[in-house]
Amino acid sequence: MNELVQQILSSDLRSIARAISLIENESPLKESLLDELYPYCGKAQVWGLTGAPGAGKSSLLDKIITLERAQGKRIAVIAVDPSSPFSGGAILGDRLRMQRHALDDQVFIRSMASRGHLGGIAGATRDAVKVFDAAGFDLIIIETIGVGQNEIEIVTLADLVILVLVPGLGDEIQALKAGIMEIGDLYVINKKDLEGAVKLKTQVEYVLQFKNDSSLKNPLLMTSASLNEGITELVEAAERYYDQLQKSGRLAERRRQRLKREFREIIHAKIRQVVEVRYGIESKIQDLTELVWHHHEKPYRIINNRLQKIIKELNQQ
Amino acid sequence: MRKIRILIAKPGLDGHDRGAKYVARALKDAGYEVIYTGIRQTPEAIVKTAIQEDVDFIGLSLLSGAHNELFPRVVQLLREHHAEDITVFGGGVIPEADIPYLREQGIAAIFTPGTPISSIITFIEANRQRDRA
Repeated sequence: MNELVQQILSSDLRSIARAISLIENESPLKESLLDELYPYCGKAQVWGLTGAPGAGKSSLLDKIITLERAQGKRIAVIAVDPSSPFSGGAILGDRLRMQRHALDDQVFIRSMASRGHLGGIAGATRDAVKVFDAAGFDLIIIETIGVGQNEIEIVTLADLVILVLVPGLGDEIQALKAGIMEIGDLYVINKKDLEGAVKLKTQVEYVLQFKNDSSLKNPLLMTSASLNEGITELVEAAERYYDQLQKSGRLAERRRQRLKREFREIIHAKIRQVVEVRYGIESKIQDLTELVWHHHEKPYRIINNRLQKIIKELNQQ
Repeated sequence: MRKIRILIAKPGLDGHDRGAKYVARALKDAGYEVIYTGIRQTPEAIVKTAIQEDVDFIGLSLLSGAHNELFPRVVQLLREHHAEDITVFGGGVIPEADIPYLREQGIAAIFTPGTPISSIITFIEANRQRDRA
């Protein structure tokens, strides 16, 4: 274990890759590995790139990598694609658009299957970020699954979220709805050469007026990844925005909130595990289902009764 | 819990990727995580990708005739990167006569046109014994 940690800290590529697999596979080594890495985390910038399927996230990311590499930054990418709900398999094809960077040792691209996790990322994404962070990457970019209206977990993971929109996906009501439209720090209209791009820009501008915190204006940019237009402006805007986040103290606040949320999730997961094992919940669910199915019992009454018994037992101990 | 990850890659200059895409999809349907990189990859890019993606297998597809050069090159580069535990298999238009040479060079299996997908899955299941998380 210590050896693996040392190798990650010295940025050995094979060890980084292995560590991410350990995390993805819920290895028993996972928790101690993450605890060992934790003191070395917090230096990297974490950007999230999200948007609908086919919006051009991977193509934009390819161009972003080129520009950030020109500044000498080391870059890690986590590209998430969906797992099949039927076979559990996946085709991970995001890096196809970034293969020009395959020979650059300062760019590490890792494809990740969602493995049943909802929300646009994988369950292992958050911890994979820590591995890259500890390994000394300057910039970590998470590309989400192609998302819909409500897959917004990226906001709980990234310092800064770039939302990629494209024309042709709906009227202005879509832009007003809750969910995905609210989570962007930067808004990008990609495929700006397509019909409807300017109209979409007007609609998004209208929505952004109402976004609450006026002290930090959300940049809105027009890009074309395929024509390589607007990418420099996007990268500059993202860097400026990050600076403002940092200087205003919001970055620290976001990260503290993130830690708090992570803590809550870990605690809930652990408690659940303990309770499930201690009280054999799974097997009891079968019996309770039968009782309720045959109308011998009512769902809330039976559950509350059982819970009360458990609490009484605990109090007596 | 542990998922098998497979890189399907096309080295060299031919652009015929129907076979590679078919295999990628079939392996996805069999429950594996398949990383697909697209056409015209160098052996160096394939090996670096395999390491970053921490795959268990690399499946190479080639229809240009350069398999005797490019397939062994991938195996050799894996050794140089201390990643010889990654199993390499190949497919495409490969004459029977070349198969013994490729096997000798460390390509674990060659699947020629007409191979049922179940043969590839059987091969993967038989070779997935890598002792790791």
